[in-house]
Amino acid sequence: MTPQSAAWFILFTPLVIAAVILFFGRFSKPLSSGLAILGAAFTCILSWWLFSGPDFADPVRIDWIDFGKLLGPDSPAQFVVPIGLTIDALSKVMLLVVTTIATIVFTYSVGYMATEEGYSRFFAALSLFLFSMLGIVLADNFVMMFIFWELVGVSSFILIGHYFGKDSAAEACKQAFTVNRIGDFGFMLGIITFWFVTGSVIFSEVESSLGAFDQAPIWLNIAVILVFCGTVGKSAQLPLHVWLPNSMEGPTPVSSLLHAATMVAAGVYMLARIFPIVLSAPIALEVIGWIGALTCFVAGLMALQQNDIKRILAYSTISQLGYMVLGAAVGPVWGVPMFHLFTHAFFKCLLFLCAGSVIVGMHHKQNIWEMGGLAKKMPITFLAMVAGTLALIGFPMFAGSYSKDLIIEFAWVKSPIWYWMSAGAVVLTAAYMTRLIVVVFFGAPRTDYARKAGESPLVMIAPLMVLSIAALAAGWPIVQKQFIPITHPEGVPGWVHLVILAFLAIGVISAILIYRKAGAKDPIYIPAFANRLYIDDAYAWLVRWAQDGTASLLAWVDRWIIEGIGVQFTAKMTWAAGFALRFLQFGNIQAYVFFFGAGVIALIYFLFATT
Amino acid sequence: MSLILFWIFAAIMLAAGLGVVLSRKPVNSAMCLVVAFVALAALFITLDAFFIGIIQVLVYAGAVMVLFLFIIMLLDLKSESTRKLNIPACVGGVLVVGGFVGCLVKVIASNPAFHATKPALSGPVDDVREVGMILFADFNMPFQIIGVLLLVSTVGVVLLSKRQLE
Amino acid sequence: MSMAPTLAHYLVVSGLLFTIGMSVVLLRRNIIIIFMGLELMLNAANLSLVAFSRFNLSPAGLPAYDAQVLVFFIITVAAAEVAVGLAIIVALYRALQTTHVEDLDTLKF
Repeated sequence: MTPQSAAWFILFTPLVIAAVILFFGRFSKPLSSGLAILGAAFTCILSWWLFSGPDFADPVRIDWIDFGKLLGPDSPAQFVVPIGLTIDALSKVMLLVVTTIATIVFTYSVGYMATEEGYSRFFAALSLFLFSMLGIVLADNFVMMFIFWELVGVSSFILIGHYFGKDSAAEACKQAFTVNRIGDFGFMLGIITFWFVTGSVIFSEVESSLGAFDQAPIWLNIAVILVFCGTVGKSAQLPLHVWLPNSMEGPTPVSSLLHAATMVAAGVYMLARIFPIVLSAPIALEVIGWIGALTCFVAGLMALQQNDIKRILAYSTISQLGYMVLGAAVGPVWGVPMFHLFTHAFFKCLLFLCAGSVIVGMHHKQNIWEMGGLAKKMPITFLAMVAGTLALIGFPMFAGSYSKDLIIEFAWVKSPIWYWMSAGAVVLTAAYMTRLIVVVFFGAPRTDYARKAGESPLVMIAPLMVLSIAALAAGWPIVQKQFIPITHPEGVPGWVHLVILAFLAIGVISAILIYRKAGAKDPIYIPAFANRLYIDDAYAWLVRWAQDGTASLLAWVDRWIIEGIGVQFTAKMTWAAGFALRFLQFGNIQAYVFFFGAGVIALIYFLFATT
Repeated sequence: MSLILFWIFAAIMLAAGLGVVLSRKPVNSAMCLVVAFVALAALFITLDAFFIGIIQVLVYAGAVMVLFLFIIMLLDLKSESTRKLNIPACVGGVLVVGGFVGCLVKVIASNPAFHATKPALSGPVDDVREVGMILFADFNMPFQIIGVLLLVSTVGVVLLSKRQLE
Repeated sequence: MSMAPTLAHYLVVSGLLFTIGMSVVLLRRNIIIIFMGLELMLNAANLSLVAFSRFNLSPAGLPAYDAQVLVFFIITVAAAEVAVGLAIIVALYRALQTTHVEDLDTLKF
């Protein structure tokens, strides 16, 4: 097994597994899950093996589309799209993250989905997703990445809509796909712009031919912003964030794998992949930074008032993705956003899996105001969740603090507003996560389900324990050095860090104080945040208005133009012509003979006039 | 000599035609028409078309005009009452007629082939035999169809003459 | 003056006869007189045909009898047509009690 062939195996094994499960999975449930876990584990082992080896100097390529070969080198339409697998520092680390978390989540799903419907198709869809995600990671050109980008969207659609009988799930998967599509439209326009100016879609070639933009640099900025639209859609930034909370309709393993750790991170991964291009477009960097900063702050506000355990985590994901995007705007190397992606993948996946464990213990009830006092009933889940929370809020020594602080430092260097917004988000993150922990795990049980809850089976607990270790250790410098190269900014004063710690403390303490004695419902109610700043309602209104508008326009066209002019006009004209010609029927025989004779004479005359 | 005969018969025929146009009483028109047919038969004879000339007299003057006179007598037509003269119709008629004459003269004057004299025949013609041969040999099919046509018109006439159609 | 009539003479006479027939159709008001005008026009055509038959000799020195066969057919058809036409006129007279052409206007718009 050479490293090159290992790359191909990594990419295609999950696809083959998905096909096998699809055909044979119905015969035995353990077969489906066993195959899926084996497939994921195989790719995981190969990824670790490749990680320990050197980078590929050239990507492993198969020629796929090549207009130059078809039409000749003189043809102006040169378009080359290979199927290529890049193995460099960035893709190696992302492969590790994706395959490791996938293996853990697949194992966890055996326990979570044990009593759910659609067991085999779930694992087939998960394997398909793994294939698509690996395609994005390994792609060496825009078009291939776009194809796998869409495939990931399809897999997400299938998985969110796993419980397709439920109306809310069906609506959610449609919304996810459609909103993603909007971002992807911009992405495609960006790809076309890059191809148009530089003549290639392969990443390395585009990066080396950025000089083609020198005459009109505004187009480089435009192209980067368009490509960033794909990130806005896929990574749920403002304003295309509305699908991510609704994607929680899918089973919890899906929420943890796709919508926390890997798929939504693909947007950030793509920015990291084209980082040299992004760095040379200053206006685009401004746009990216603003969107990242706004998302991370506003999503934190919305999370403060959510009552479904998974939705709190969903808004938290949106907020953390905002951090990553901000990191891409302020960092000098791709390591800055990717470090937070790395740590976030582990602790967010952990948090979701813990939430899933809680949900299973509560017989699939998800409202935090129906829980309470679960610390005693589910101790291991409780400890794992606390570990994940500490990592998320950036408690010193836990993983999240290292990566988040790095981004906030660079934000301070770039722009004070961004610094205060990202620091403010620290308060919010601490507050809503502490609120969740306090309400769910402390106090008295609020309902019968909470009283009867028990710890989850081992197959679900073991992944939690593994991930807790990662949540603790992934940010430590000795660990980070092995995986991701970063730099620290110069001349950052010490009070920057102190402010962050202070905000962290404020958030935690205020949440404990407010929610310590909370009863059956939330003592604070802020309608704007609870209703997610009414953005969802605005979208619904917009869609309805556009649809009604188009429908009434088409109705008008149908009635007045097609029917009025087309049909009625023709009919009336025919009738009018007939009515006019009626007056030729004189009823007088001699008149007819006269016209007949005149016609004959005219005929004879013209016959002879022409000869 | 033949020219003078031609002109005499032509003059009689055209005069009788004018008589048809201008006569007030229908019976007079019919008689003028008979005269025209007989003069036409004479013209046929001058063209060595003996069979056709005799047929003309037998069928047209003998049968068709008799039928006309029967009907005139049956309907007891009096002379045409003078209604108000329809000036536009008269003008239109005169125009068409004049136009036709003009075209006729122009066409005939333009073609020099029309100004040759009658070519001589190889000998006395037995045109009944000749016409018969061609009629029954080359044109047998139209001949049969004409027969059917006559049958059909006979049936049609009988049908049209019924007093009430049941 | 030539001693024999030429084809042009016959054609002119035939044309004039046709013209007279057409003027009968256009200028007279009685439908039976109009019918007679039709007969005149048919006969003018016959004269023309026979003249052409005589003036175009076949290689054997005989007139082109095909035209005379056509004249034969025309005479036959004209006879049949007169019969049927007069039957129609009689039926018309029974219905409308008139042979005046201007009274026949039921097909007016």
